[in-house]
Amino acid sequence: MELRRTLMFVPGNSPAMLQNAGVLGADSIVFDLEDAVAPREKDAARFLVGGALRTVDYGSCEKIVRINPIDVSAEKDIAAIVPCRPDALLVPKVNCAEDIHQVVKWIEASEAPGQKEVKIVALIETPLGISNCYSIAKAHPRIVAMALGAEDYTAYLGTQRSDGPEIYMARTMIVNAAAAAGIQSVDTPFTDVLDDEGLVKDIAFAKKLGFKGKIVINPRHVDAVHQGFSPSAAEIEWAHRVVAVIKLAEDQGTGAISLDGKMIDKPIVERAERLLQLAKVLGLEGGQS
Amino acid sequence: MITNAIGRAVPEQIEGYGRVKPFAGAFNTPPDMKRAAPAVKMRRPGESKLHGSLEEVFRAIPVKDGMTVSFHHHFRNGDYVLNMVLDTAARLGIKDLTVAMTALFPVHKPLLDHIKNGVVTDITTNYMSGPVADAVTRGILKRPVIMRTHGGRHRAIECGELKIDVAFIAAPACDDYGNLNGVMGPAACGSLSYAMADAEYADHVVVLTDFLCDYPLSPVSISQTRVDYVVKVDAIGDPKGIVSGTIRSIKDPVQLRIAQMAANVIKASGLIREGLSFQTGAGGATLATAQYLSKMIEEAGVTASFSVGGTTSFIVNMLNRGLLRKILDVQDFEREPIESIGSNPNHLEVSVDEYANPFNSGCIVNRLDTVILGATEIDMDFNVNVTTGSSGLIMGGSGGHSDSAAGAKLTIIVANLLRGRLSTVVDKTLTVTTPGESVDVLVTERGIAVNPLRKDLLEKMKAAGLPVKEIGELKAEAEKLAGVPGKIKTGDRAVAAIEYRDGTIIDVVRQVLD
Repeated sequence: MELRRTLMFVPGNSPAMLQNAGVLGADSIVFDLEDAVAPREKDAARFLVGGALRTVDYGSCEKIVRINPIDVSAEKDIAAIVPCRPDALLVPKVNCAEDIHQVVKWIEASEAPGQKEVKIVALIETPLGISNCYSIAKAHPRIVAMALGAEDYTAYLGTQRSDGPEIYMARTMIVNAAAAAGIQSVDTPFTDVLDDEGLVKDIAFAKKLGFKGKIVINPRHVDAVHQGFSPSAAEIEWAHRVVAVIKLAEDQGTGAISLDGKMIDKPIVERAERLLQLAKVLGLEGGQS
Repeated sequence: MITNAIGRAVPEQIEGYGRVKPFAGAFNTPPDMKRAAPAVKMRRPGESKLHGSLEEVFRAIPVKDGMTVSFHHHFRNGDYVLNMVLDTAARLGIKDLTVAMTALFPVHKPLLDHIKNGVVTDITTNYMSGPVADAVTRGILKRPVIMRTHGGRHRAIECGELKIDVAFIAAPACDDYGNLNGVMGPAACGSLSYAMADAEYADHVVVLTDFLCDYPLSPVSISQTRVDYVVKVDAIGDPKGIVSGTIRSIKDPVQLRIAQMAANVIKASGLIREGLSFQTGAGGATLATAQYLSKMIEEAGVTASFSVGGTTSFIVNMLNRGLLRKILDVQDFEREPIESIGSNPNHLEVSVDEYANPFNSGCIVNRLDTVILGATEIDMDFNVNVTTGSSGLIMGGSGGHSDSAAGAKLTIIVANLLRGRLSTVVDKTLTVTTPGESVDVLVTERGIAVNPLRKDLLEKMKAAGLPVKEIGELKAEAEKLAGVPGKIKTGDRAVAAIEYRDGTIIDVVRQVLD
């Protein structure tokens, strides 16, 4: 199971951050060549990120690079970065499936024979992208996740970020499209670094909608997001009980079975099994007591 | 040269200091002596202590060539008193003074002129940074500076090894008969801990104040019974340098990561319990550790018994919120603790004797559960350097580092494994300030290392799932990223001797050759 609870952004032109990004605990690091880097710094950032990918050991962190948009310098970014073996590229402002096809072509042109396939995370941040998000999610097998970029999206809508109604539809569309395509959905970042309470609420809401993780732009948010997207002790215990009840039903040859007065059917068992798998990956199995 | 218990070559004799007792282990050199008795004094009724100028006091004492004059550093980089006193000495043509200042800062740069003109020939201090420290390391003095710990300085005074002729005490508030405190006046600095031994033991005690109060002053930190002269001056210090604006909440994600891990180490060791006692510093990751620690204390529903050392507004906040029962305070870094120590009965001013003196019947650091300290370098045996920097120049010193490390049950060093392009973990530190036997855990952004002497702790850290590595693994990891730095060019001459808290010599600093 690929964990992508946190996609933590690191400016591509900050050597200190590039050196230390691996120690901040995020599941995935996103080395940013786009918005965090001023136009005249783009070449330097490409060079620095490439060097970091080749030389720095990021341990178990997934290494993702956010390239510039397709109509800006995506091709140049891909040609420079793909040979440095990132795990994935985060493609911004994806509007349609054709955008993905174009990116895949450029990746294929730069991949060395035998190189581990570079995956794609599609960043959806335009109204057109939201409208097309299922076809984008299904556009290519390299796509492993789809993320919402709500700041640009609300700007395109001509509104402002508030406590969430303006992006509600976009969030649910992305969660739904990703689930339908069998990939992960990643929520937009929480941008107020001073509002810890708001952060916890926002994470809980994203989890409730079905997101599997969140973009993080401040390393201080990593722990809260992980906590929010990790199974709680109560959830793990529930999952164990579901699995035990189902096993009992199978052993006894009974069909329908209930737990705490609720029917246990296939989707519930699958959810319990996924939860236990996640708990195992996270080393949370001790938490069941 | 002799080799001490941690393998450092130290001279057998130091000019102006005497025979060297080599470091033999943190608690292996017990005292066998009586305290040195201070002068017995008398003052007749009707005699005034108040004098119009420092020069008048110099003549009254009289201050002579070769004397030892002492100072305290509660004003840090805002101190005016040391420079003022040495300027007076220079005007009066006095030579060969030994300056015994608890800590020297960049503001004390004029001291260099007084070294060049022969007014000052020797220094003893617990910490120094800035131009004086640079010049000392480059060899400006003929004899080595004696660098002590805070507790060790008190011990040296009590044992008669640091004999103070004249103590100059900067008093934020004082009456005309020498009762003084640090909580009133324009240069309020809070605790006056470091000045207490000087007041008690010096042959002559001179108080400088810019806030002369009616007799009798209250509260009293240092009483009239040992004060001989009071001088009113225009200003004793710059409040901006006293209350440093440098203590902000830490935002650097790497330091926060380290701090969080340090707090997890404390938790894993089982110390988050009712009555926990702790010491944290004012800088970087040690300050941030206090923040995580505070959260854990709150979540566990327990109350810490005391915090000791330099005090920040964060610690005062813990006291006010009921997370902490007492603050035992030796120095204050911000406005809030200065106000608190003057008004909250649970915020206590303690002497350095009480805080850290290794040779009394028990000092406060002996009761510490945990202390979080910094390091510029740490070696394979966990010996820590907080005295010299990456260029070999002196840029610090023990202060209370070695004292608290020796006393606490769990001594944690927090440090970035990589600073710029240098590894903090090295084969051999350039200088040893605090011996490895008193250090338990190193916490870096790339994992923690437990001193092999603490097998019990190692098991607990592993059981808690903390990223435990061998200290050598951390070094290898850092060197893989940053390479191995070239050796610093030092000469043979010792420019400073590092005295451990028990009066033994743990190391020397050698002259840096440019």
